[in-house]
Amino acid sequence: MQAHQRMLDPTTNGLHSGESPLLRTIGLTKRYGDFLANDAIDIDIWPTEIHALLGENGAGKSTLVKAIYGLIQPSAGEICWKGQPIVLSGPSEARSRGIGMVFQHFSLFDNLTVAENVALGLDGKESFKDMSARLEQVSKTYGLPLDPKREVWQLSVGERQRIEIVRALMQDPQFLILDEPTAVLTPQEADQLFVVLERLKAEGRAILYISHKLEEVKRLCDTATILRGGKKVETCNPRLETAASLARMMVGGEIKQVKAAAGRQTTVPRLVVNDLSLAPGEAHGVRLEHISFELKGGEILGIAGVAGNGQDELFAALSGERLSKDPGTIVIEGLAAGHLSITQRRKLGAAFVPEERLGHGTAPRMKLSENALLTGHAASGMVHHGFIDTAATLKTVDRATETFDVRKAKRDPEAASLSGGNLQKFIVGREILRNPAVLVVSQPTWGVDAGAAAVIRQALLDLATAGAAVLVTSQDLDELAEIADRIAVMFHGHLSAPLATSEATREKLGLLMGGSTLEPKEAAHAVGA
Amino acid sequence: MELVEAIILAVLAASTPLLIAATGELVTERSGVLNLGVEGMMIVGAACGFAGAWLTGSIFVGALFGIAAGTLMSLAFALMTLGLAVNQVATGLALTILGVGLSGLIGAGFVGERITPALHLNIPGLTDIPLVGRVLFGEDGFVYFSLALVVGVWWFLYRTRTGLILRACGDNHVSAHALGYPVLRIRTIAVMFGGACAGLAGAYLPLAYTPFFIPGMTAGRGWIALALVVFSSWRPGRLVVGAYLFGAVTILQLHAQGWGVGIPSQFMSALPYLATVIVLVLLSRARTGGSTAPAALGTVFVPDR
Repeated sequence: MQAHQRMLDPTTNGLHSGESPLLRTIGLTKRYGDFLANDAIDIDIWPTEIHALLGENGAGKSTLVKAIYGLIQPSAGEICWKGQPIVLSGPSEARSRGIGMVFQHFSLFDNLTVAENVALGLDGKESFKDMSARLEQVSKTYGLPLDPKREVWQLSVGERQRIEIVRALMQDPQFLILDEPTAVLTPQEADQLFVVLERLKAEGRAILYISHKLEEVKRLCDTATILRGGKKVETCNPRLETAASLARMMVGGEIKQVKAAAGRQTTVPRLVVNDLSLAPGEAHGVRLEHISFELKGGEILGIAGVAGNGQDELFAALSGERLSKDPGTIVIEGLAAGHLSITQRRKLGAAFVPEERLGHGTAPRMKLSENALLTGHAASGMVHHGFIDTAATLKTVDRATETFDVRKAKRDPEAASLSGGNLQKFIVGREILRNPAVLVVSQPTWGVDAGAAAVIRQALLDLATAGAAVLVTSQDLDELAEIADRIAVMFHGHLSAPLATSEATREKLGLLMGGSTLEPKEAAHAVGA
Repeated sequence: MELVEAIILAVLAASTPLLIAATGELVTERSGVLNLGVEGMMIVGAACGFAGAWLTGSIFVGALFGIAAGTLMSLAFALMTLGLAVNQVATGLALTILGVGLSGLIGAGFVGERITPALHLNIPGLTDIPLVGRVLFGEDGFVYFSLALVVGVWWFLYRTRTGLILRACGDNHVSAHALGYPVLRIRTIAVMFGGACAGLAGAYLPLAYTPFFIPGMTAGRGWIALALVVFSSWRPGRLVVGAYLFGAVTILQLHAQGWGVGIPSQFMSALPYLATVIVLVLLSRARTGGSTAPAALGTVFVPDR
């Protein structure tokens, strides 16, 4: 594949007068059984444009880009490329026409090298040696450094994304699709990405940019198309909108504001971690290094950080999925608990909500009542003399349903049949209804729609107001800013000293997430705060 | 001297079917499919291979019969696990049970018959060199073919683009699909290659190892081949070492029993398996990072269209 001369002229920006868009979908529809994932979507994408695609989970964004990239065939409607209707037989045809894609869940192969991964994304018309040379050149041109010989599992999330982007750029695409590229990046890494995207735009390419982060979209994008329930709601200029107005269009109504009760009192320390170090339990795991913090009743501590820096390992150590040799490293309600099992910790008043809803938080093929029993059997009176009190388990489901507005088709369905947001409300509700003294929750609103996210955040705030200690791990800095009193950052298994939320600017958190340390004075000050 | 040569010859002969079957299974597993039916495909290959050779009088045609039989068996496996997305472990076990029964049926009429076994290479001068002559220049065609096969598979996996795509399918089928590769088609071909190798390995037994067919003559070699793939941590080079090591242990325990070494024969027969377990433990302890098994091994893949 030779680097053909780009025919696009960057000066045709803005007006779109008298020419056809680079890509246009007309009435694009994708049906899965009775379900309309995409309902007659019209979208125009012009050269020299960064076009945002907004919508909640399940709004149909992924389906739309999969159809544009040739991964799925639309049920009806048309895709026009440079004015000509086309039918894409698959991604390789899309690539050869000049459409590139960077996937949200990276389409990388962990046990292959960087160069092999890039080769797999190309059409193999050049030798591996020529390809490697070009890889080096492209990565240098765009300031995206990569070592072609390393295997992917050794790389950080940011580096992995670089592979995806370089791979897409090596096809010299005129149109590049990016699916939530900043979801896993630190703010600084995201800024670097924006520089690259601006440059691609200046070269005359078009970019379709999928994101949840509205501020980011306002800053970067020229046009925004909003999807809701598989339909297009609006195409607008995001710079003329507010984040709130964009959110309204996404959700189709006002989102309840999360309110913290004024004058929340902190009480006694309820969860204390003293110099906790733990070797990783699996091959690619992270070692926890000397983690210490103290969490009082009435307080919410947020843990930020890029995924894969030890958050999962910390959760496993706190929940008792992995035991610590020294009992004193974890103290729950004043009792050394490092050596105690999950059930024993629950009896002390602790509750845990893991990141994975299906498979970790619930058994997918079991009913909600059975799932309620799984975490409540030790401390909630659902078991009498070894026998299950079915009525009590059902009552727990009903209470969680009522209190947290869990929407489901019948009284006691299988966990897997609920939508992500509703299942998460059930899981958080199940734990909160046990009135825990300590709640450890990981990624509470990951992949949850905005309405459910607001309910869950409010529930966590209310729990803290009632006197519990809450530890929230999240990659969403806005979420932590909204609910946490203090924020600490995990990096390579180390936990930074917590900053008061009022002082934890995005910039400071970004530095910590990237492994830098703050000025010593500042850190000392933050600890005192 | 004579004895050493005899032992080396016996080791090579005992190792060859293991090497051929394991090489095929290695390719299958590298594509992400776990086919536990190697034993079944081998035993059907043995029966059909013998039948082909007995009917036509040609060892070569017999070998082709064995390959065809193994391929057909693997095609049934592919239809179930790839086409219908059935559990691979259960299907593989069923394939072995089916194969044992089927081979008894096919082979029933041939029990007690004899054929002329595969000829050994004979280059006057070279083959007569003491000690190494017969080992290097006096083998049957299967032995030379098995070594060429491993080299070919190594070259294919690590030096060709198709090999890279096959490895990619075994590492992450979702990504491979997202990049537009036909995961199921690639896996079907890999499974068929594994079946062809298993059929040939089975056919080796009545065509070259012993010149007659007896029911159940594979005697667990298919399972050893499966263990070998794990033993080799999915690398062709280590597979050769492992196969000859297994062959050597098998032959040595026979000789040790003959010499009257005071160790129970059952223990000696168990040695190859014990060696596998020990090597597996050592490998997993020594592992510093990247997992050795293909990450998608044994998982069902259904592409969304």
